[in-house]
Amino acid sequence: QQIQEDLNKQLFDNLVSFLRRSHSEFQEETTEWTCRMKSREIPTAALVLGVNVTDHDLTFRSVSEVIQNNITPYVALLEAKDCPGIKNLMQKLMGQLMNCYIDVESLEDEDYIQVSQNRIRCSMSSVINWYESVTKKTDSETRSKKRTSSSRHCQSPPVVVIFKDTESFTTKVLQDFIVISSQHIRELPLVLIFGIATSPMIIHSLLPRSVSSLLCIELFQSLSCKEHLSTIIDKLLLTTQFPFKLGEKVLQVLINIFLYHDFSVQNFIKGFQLCTVEHFYSQPLSVLCCQLVDAKRRINSLSHDQCENIRRLPSFRRYVESQVSEKQIALLTADNYLKETTQKLLEDLHVYHENYVLVLRCLHVFTSSLPKYPLGKQIRELHCACLENRVWETEEYESSLQLARMLNKSDLVTMLQQCVEIFVSSSVKEFDKTVEKLKEFLTQFQKLEAEAFQEQDVSVSPQKELQKRTDLYHLQKTLLELKESRRSKKLTKFEMLRFEVVDYIDSLVRRYLVPADHKTLHEIVYFNTASVLREHLNAAPRIALHTALNNPYCYLKNQALKSDGGSISNKAPDICIVYKLHLECGRLINLVDWLEAFSTVVTAVEGPNADAASSDQVDDTIHARFIRAVSELELLGFIKPSKQKTDHVARLTWGGC
Amino acid sequence: VAKKNKEDKVSNLVEEYFEAHSSSKVLTSDRTLQKLQKRRLNQQTLHDLLKKAPLAYAAEIEELNQQHESLFSKWMLQLHLDFNIVLYGLGSKRDLLEKFRTSLLQDSVHLVVNGYFPSITVRSILNSITEEVLDHIGTFRSPLDQLEFIIKRFKEDSSLELYVLIHNLDSQMLRGERSQQILAQLSSLPNIYLIASIDHINAPLMWDQAKLSLYNWLWYETTTFSPYVEETSYENSLLVQQSGSLALSSLTHVLRSLTLNARGIFRLLAQYQLENRDNPSYPGLSFQDFYQQCREAFLVNSDLTLRAQLTEFRDHKLIRTKRGADGVEYLLIPVDDSTLTDFLEKEDEDV
Repeated sequence: QQIQEDLNKQLFDNLVSFLRRSHSEFQEETTEWTCRMKSREIPTAALVLGVNVTDHDLTFRSVSEVIQNNITPYVALLEAKDCPGIKNLMQKLMGQLMNCYIDVESLEDEDYIQVSQNRIRCSMSSVINWYESVTKKTDSETRSKKRTSSSRHCQSPPVVVIFKDTESFTTKVLQDFIVISSQHIRELPLVLIFGIATSPMIIHSLLPRSVSSLLCIELFQSLSCKEHLSTIIDKLLLTTQFPFKLGEKVLQVLINIFLYHDFSVQNFIKGFQLCTVEHFYSQPLSVLCCQLVDAKRRINSLSHDQCENIRRLPSFRRYVESQVSEKQIALLTADNYLKETTQKLLEDLHVYHENYVLVLRCLHVFTSSLPKYPLGKQIRELHCACLENRVWETEEYESSLQLARMLNKSDLVTMLQQCVEIFVSSSVKEFDKTVEKLKEFLTQFQKLEAEAFQEQDVSVSPQKELQKRTDLYHLQKTLLELKESRRSKKLTKFEMLRFEVVDYIDSLVRRYLVPADHKTLHEIVYFNTASVLREHLNAAPRIALHTALNNPYCYLKNQALKSDGGSISNKAPDICIVYKLHLECGRLINLVDWLEAFSTVVTAVEGPNADAASSDQVDDTIHARFIRAVSELELLGFIKPSKQKTDHVARLTWGGC
Repeated sequence: VAKKNKEDKVSNLVEEYFEAHSSSKVLTSDRTLQKLQKRRLNQQTLHDLLKKAPLAYAAEIEELNQQHESLFSKWMLQLHLDFNIVLYGLGSKRDLLEKFRTSLLQDSVHLVVNGYFPSITVRSILNSITEEVLDHIGTFRSPLDQLEFIIKRFKEDSSLELYVLIHNLDSQMLRGERSQQILAQLSSLPNIYLIASIDHINAPLMWDQAKLSLYNWLWYETTTFSPYVEETSYENSLLVQQSGSLALSSLTHVLRSLTLNARGIFRLLAQYQLENRDNPSYPGLSFQDFYQQCREAFLVNSDLTLRAQLTEFRDHKLIRTKRGADGVEYLLIPVDDSTLTDFLEKEDEDV
């Protein structure tokens, strides 16, 4: 558990730093822009952020931080849910501005805390009063102390108001605020920042012309969430830094949730987090999922039971079966020998990861420039393909190699250079040879360029010969020869070389991109139970209800409930019978008929045992059971009471579910 | 092929929808519960009857519950890792949550919210947090202020921990947008661990993306098949004689405290309404006619006394006035006919 918390922390730190970086340029733009505003209108920045609302929190926080550090201490962050009316908005704004101010000063100003405490009278004029007093103070102070950078930029620092979710603000509130603040723009230099999830058109539909003419809007675009995703995958999955890895199916599920449901990076991270929790919780050998040095230490202190666990792993069994018999015996009986081998195997796994990532990047360089992208455009698609199966056996790989054989020279050279860079940056020893080889290829290409001139000469010469001879017989002969040579000598040197390169890459792929499933002990670091993830993140409550009502045998393992679908089994729980009967009805259901049908079905069970004498009593209990079942269906939302006809209920679902 | 199948399925669903809603005419028989000649059960007898009836498949249900209970320790771990847990599936999850509470939360501060309770509000939840957990005495102007206070306290003091168990998060009172927003914000606090259950098929519709990310749900399917005893006891069921019995008893109670003449006035109106019950366009008795009839029965002596009497009725919601198209006031008793008949019969007995 502790390891996993560490891991999570690592992961989050990485993520946050990444997000910061990706926003930094964007922030710089906005901050620069906020300083240079100097017009009659209210300067406004519209940030188009995309539909993944959940990720915006972090963005805004860092934006306001940057603004606070660089430009002005007066930043207020407003959310739509806090501002149902203009009064609440002003209160919130005032409170935040003063709190902001206190945050920055944080040392003295006891009186300001008191001011912020009573925010009953918060009007624009009081804001202005406050602002004037503050600016005077800071102006005089900063000259002596030189603390806030605000006065370095301009004499009166602007007050920045950020609207987090512009779409959910009430139009009236927004309009009123803009009109009011435009009246006071002289005394109070305001800058507005709108966070927009959809498109900049929304400003024009929210605000009428008369209001939007008071704004001087500039548009800023943020990175698309897909780019975020690919960077995160790059940083989290394609590094050797984290020992924990995701299996192919799990990754596929996570990416699908991202691409088809919400575009939210935070949810992706949440899924990843769940994977780690689940992995460390369910897999007893996950203690070994850590850095290599730690793992070796832990292997030595493994108990006998844990060794048995290792022996039980399917991948380890495969490994044992491939060994000679004496070794097999040693592996299966002696714990010490087992520990040694596990260490070796873990090392292998580690090396495999390092190589894998590098070769994957190389392959991506090649495949990402091919037309139609047979292996996918993004590196994540390639990663999935490689994890899923032996990539060289797939059709897509075949076609991409074929395409690669038709590349022209300049592309090929740049790609090779990129590959060399990747290998050099990694500094894994094993690839020294490959780097050499690739470099060799490059020099050969340079040579080829030189040779090209010569080749031209060669191609000219036969024509000269042709001119010399006038003999008809000879002419025919040479022509035939030419034809022949052309047929046989189809490959120029360049083409030969190209084949060689492609083949070499192919061999690299075959050697290093073996899917992880084929590796021994992969269970320790790979998490591959996608069903868990799907269940807990992407649940389908309706389907669960449907199966429970339709086919109670799925849950209640009683032989009596086993039935072929469709027919109404009279042994099912009451609610199931009532549900099935209700499925047969149209939009409205008559309660009396329903009750009668129910009692017919139920009495069919009890018929043999129950006597006719107690029929009245039975009837009452059946009635009661029916009432219970119907009210349960009502609670579940399948039916609701209807006023259309007396004693009828309306069905709220349609079709078979 | 799979995709095509899916498309087919989707289009089928659409067609089914339109099929179900195509004709406004619905063919059902005209039989009503009135004609069934069976007394309506009230809540108490219903409860007794159900107690007598044996629960089917008790053993299997027990097995299911044991399966769910084996997840308890996992839930605890996940709750501590900032996830919140939501349970779905058929059957009441009340006992399961109760068991979770008694087995694991005995020593820690926890709050149980019975969402199915018809008069629960977010405000009462927040109040119980501020008053019981935080020991704060004082009132707040709005739930938002209160929430802010709670968030501040929990952020300041990291030793505070609170488990919140909500039965039926999707109940009538809590399903509103504002209450969900507040609960979501509460649950996003790292020191508050939320575990909730939902039952309604459309429950997930109440959460948008922002709320979902605040809630940070982990879904667990816990189909228990156990009956919704507590949950449905508040549900005003169609078949239980609940609203009727309540109305009848309140009717008799109110009228018992009135003068003889006032009772007579009400009787007159009720009789008139019952006489006209087969006439669907019956607008009610106009005030003038009513006055006339009351005078003839020597129940009132002036326009003013009748008006005063009617005002009293109206205050007790015994009558409703409606202005017709011609501007005349019509009087109606907003109680269904069967109850009214019962009432009259009872009155006759008493007399």
